[in-house]
Amino acid sequence: MSWIGKSPERKEDQRLIRGRGLFVDDKQSYGLLHLHLVRSPYAHAQILSIDVAAAEALPGVICTLTGAEVKDLMPESFMELGPEPAASIRDYPLAVGKAIFQGEPVAAVVAETPALAADGGALIEVDYDMLDAVVTAEQALEDKDILHESAGTNQTWQGVYEYGEVDKAFAEAATVVAIDRLHFHRFASTPVENNAVVAEWLPHGDLNFFCNNSFVGFAQQLLAPALGISVDQMHIKTHDIGGSFGNKISNYTQMAIAALASRKTGGRSVKWVETRTEHLLSSGHGNERTFLDTEVALDKNGVITAVRSRHIDDCGAYPRYEPLGCVIWSQVLPATYGVRNFRIDFSQAVTNKCPAVPNRGYSRMQHLWFMERIIDICAHELDIPADEMRLKNYITEFPYTTPNGCVYDSGNYPAMLEKAKELIGWDDWKKKQADARGEGRLLGIGIGTTLDSGTNNFGQARIMNPHLPFSGNSEVATIRIDLQGSVIVTLGSGPSGQSHETTASQVVAEELGISPDLVRVRSGFDTGWNTFVGHSGSYASQFAVTGLSAVHGACEKLKAEMRRLAAFILEASEEDLEFGIGDEGPQLSVKGTDQAVNYWYMGNLVNNDNAVLAGELGDVTLNIRHVYRPPFTVPDTERKYGNLTLTYAAQLHIAVIEIDRAFGHPKILAYAAVDDCGTVINPKIVGGQVHGATAHGIGAAIMEIFQYDETGNLLTSSFSDYCPITSMNMPDVQYGSIQTPSPFSYNGAKGMGEGGGAPLHTVSAAIQDALYGEGVIVRESHHSANSVFALLRDSDESTGVQVETRQ
Amino acid sequence: MSEVIEKVSIRITINGQSYRRKVEPRLLLVQFIREELGLTGTHVGCDVTYCGACTVLVDDKPTKSCTLLAVQADGCEILTVEGLEQDGELHPLQKAFSENHGLQCGYCTPGMLMSSMALLAEKPDPSPAEIRKGISGNLCRCTGYNNIIKSIQAAAREMAG
Ligand code: FES
Ligand code: FES
Repeated sequence: MSWIGKSPERKEDQRLIRGRGLFVDDKQSYGLLHLHLVRSPYAHAQILSIDVAAAEALPGVICTLTGAEVKDLMPESFMELGPEPAASIRDYPLAVGKAIFQGEPVAAVVAETPALAADGGALIEVDYDMLDAVVTAEQALEDKDILHESAGTNQTWQGVYEYGEVDKAFAEAATVVAIDRLHFHRFASTPVENNAVVAEWLPHGDLNFFCNNSFVGFAQQLLAPALGISVDQMHIKTHDIGGSFGNKISNYTQMAIAALASRKTGGRSVKWVETRTEHLLSSGHGNERTFLDTEVALDKNGVITAVRSRHIDDCGAYPRYEPLGCVIWSQVLPATYGVRNFRIDFSQAVTNKCPAVPNRGYSRMQHLWFMERIIDICAHELDIPADEMRLKNYITEFPYTTPNGCVYDSGNYPAMLEKAKELIGWDDWKKKQADARGEGRLLGIGIGTTLDSGTNNFGQARIMNPHLPFSGNSEVATIRIDLQGSVIVTLGSGPSGQSHETTASQVVAEELGISPDLVRVRSGFDTGWNTFVGHSGSYASQFAVTGLSAVHGACEKLKAEMRRLAAFILEASEEDLEFGIGDEGPQLSVKGTDQAVNYWYMGNLVNNDNAVLAGELGDVTLNIRHVYRPPFTVPDTERKYGNLTLTYAAQLHIAVIEIDRAFGHPKILAYAAVDDCGTVINPKIVGGQVHGATAHGIGAAIMEIFQYDETGNLLTSSFSDYCPITSMNMPDVQYGSIQTPSPFSYNGAKGMGEGGGAPLHTVSAAIQDALYGEGVIVRESHHSANSVFALLRDSDESTGVQVETRQ
Repeated sequence: MSEVIEKVSIRITINGQSYRRKVEPRLLLVQFIREELGLTGTHVGCDVTYCGACTVLVDDKPTKSCTLLAVQADGCEILTVEGLEQDGELHPLQKAFSENHGLQCGYCTPGMLMSSMALLAEKPDPSPAEIRKGISGNLCRCTGYNNIIKSIQAAAREMAG
């Protein structure tokens, strides 16, 4: 039987359902010390002095650390990815001289218990001189107040992405639609488990981390030079991670503090566990983007021919991973549409806000929202129904090469639209909407089409900074038959809820003709397994392609060895052998006979009893390490042209929303989500990812926002203020899928975990539709009751949209 | 702060086992459960009583153990996720969560299970709206709740026999 397309019991559930997972905070040991961070209450302030004497005198406090001390202990600050002048930004894990966002750590206390560490923190006296805060990227680009003196400017990157014949397309346009400003708000998917780490930096030099970093391949490259240690001396392990959604890629900064603290204690284990408020204040927000002076050229049939615009990213106080966001959006430059001419002037600036980090849908989601707003605003202005507008503009031929050289592997957007309409009951809602409008009620139906581009070509980093030593992509898996004949698999991905143990076991079961319960997949990540490369981690919708291709490749090599070995043992020819399960467990047998050899026999022979092996089998180890590398080349950095991702999963959502005229409250009445991620390995897991991504998007669209005041105070720094979506706000999702297998992955699968932020596009579209005839245009991505109410209240103000019809 | 804090003696029964300990008055119940007793299935996800990852049953009532001091639970009977499995047999809720993919990372799951226990004890046949309300104090960032609701419905059916 085939295990692909099935949903066997999740391996992870065995422990998690019993409360027997192992999350970082669960780790306890004798003599374990605890770290507490003292944080800046100001968004921008000179640190005049730090007095740690009282803290150090408190019984139970072992030591303290300040920024100045950390700067001395670290051979260099963390590597900056951006080119000069951003490359001159100095990023230390504790603020040095100046705090540049509220919640930035300025000092650390290590004590015998978490409570004593917090007590010690309360005794640390920090003297600040408050400075003016820069809280928007546009303000930052004026360079009046410079955040990082070493860089001399707040701009961290700028570049123009130009393709096709933009000016010609505008000259020939039948209609030009101009949109003054669109804005995508700040939020994060904020996993329920906070960041955490246990560090132990032993006196002889080895450094052990037990952490919940979700991209260890990258973290170790940042940590090693900053801590002055070789990558090999750092032993990094993860086990269960309580969600990441990209946010835990950036916790290497806190890993560094814990490591330095451990070193200062003489190598004792130091645990740091973030509180939720610390997490919301300081651990990373999704990036915020403003789209200025957008112009859209359309032909007389409503087909979009060109887009020109100016985009500004707000990356918060430190760029960290974020400069990559200046390029990553271009993986989906034309979104799902056949537009060939683009000029996007993209820049990014630092502000006195929490640093931005990758967040589910990272950088593409913002751009896809922009493109979907364009579609809906143009449809609105030209009085074309939103579904027809999409059908006129969708890409329909695949593989499709975008204007910037990306190759969309496969897809069928019209079929997805059809399916979503069916699921939601489109015609019915259209009738209800007509009735509602007759009664003066505000009922809207919105469509959002999005892409989840997966398996990055890291060469795109060089478009942002040609000097970066990254390109391509890779992932590792190992498989072995141990001396008891068990099948043992290790992965490089270090998952955080995406069920990699289960899907990997399905692929192995499929390849070896056995069942997933006979495959043991180790949990988490461990540098000690030697199952990692620089790209190893769980991010950017890629496991189904990179991780499973690595598993598949490892299986193929293992099978080749097993065939040779079994042919020798059974004195048969390799072609006559087949894999399967017999009375004595997993085996290879000679077709049509009862001759067979089981895995125990083979494992024992190789590991225990090898004198009987023939000399030509000397290279057989039944212990395989395979690295999968997708077929990428380095993009042309001058032209900003090349294939930036391998696969393009797509999502199409439809929402029906009614707005309460008195309060502005948007209520979701019905919701449909259709997904296409090519061949589905495990339908339950894919469905789970779709629902999870949908919840994040709906939460972000109607509830969640990181709102700062003009002095850089975060107004939504606790869950009570941030209000992540609960069961009371999450609608029932009508879920469906289509499958257009990818021609570029061995199994036809496409990565799909991020979901492309579809609900943000969809909810914005539905709100727009609900407000039809009210004289307003939706130009913001956040639709709390407050913001919808403000839209209605200000409906006599300019919509910010102008239409010029030429023919 | 630097004065020595008097410890207080408490007796708490957890999952049928009785424990007597001397604890600082400021120790939270969740810290007592996790750090003193090593029952790490009960999790912490926030500091404002919002996420419910720490939910346990205190004398059968679903309680956020981050918002109760250990000394306040003196003399109480507590059930945590580790107490759900009986004689090697998973509780129907545990089975249903697994079968219906009601968990992904599993961090919210212990709290979700405990809230669901309390809900089904009070309402053996809850409507979807009642389920939503029953778990409204429990945050899940992975599943989008739909599968959790399905899991609880499935367990309710199973428990009704
Ligand atoms: S830890 Fe969040 S409610 Fe208790
Ligand atoms: S399963 Fe991850 S938070 Fe619920």
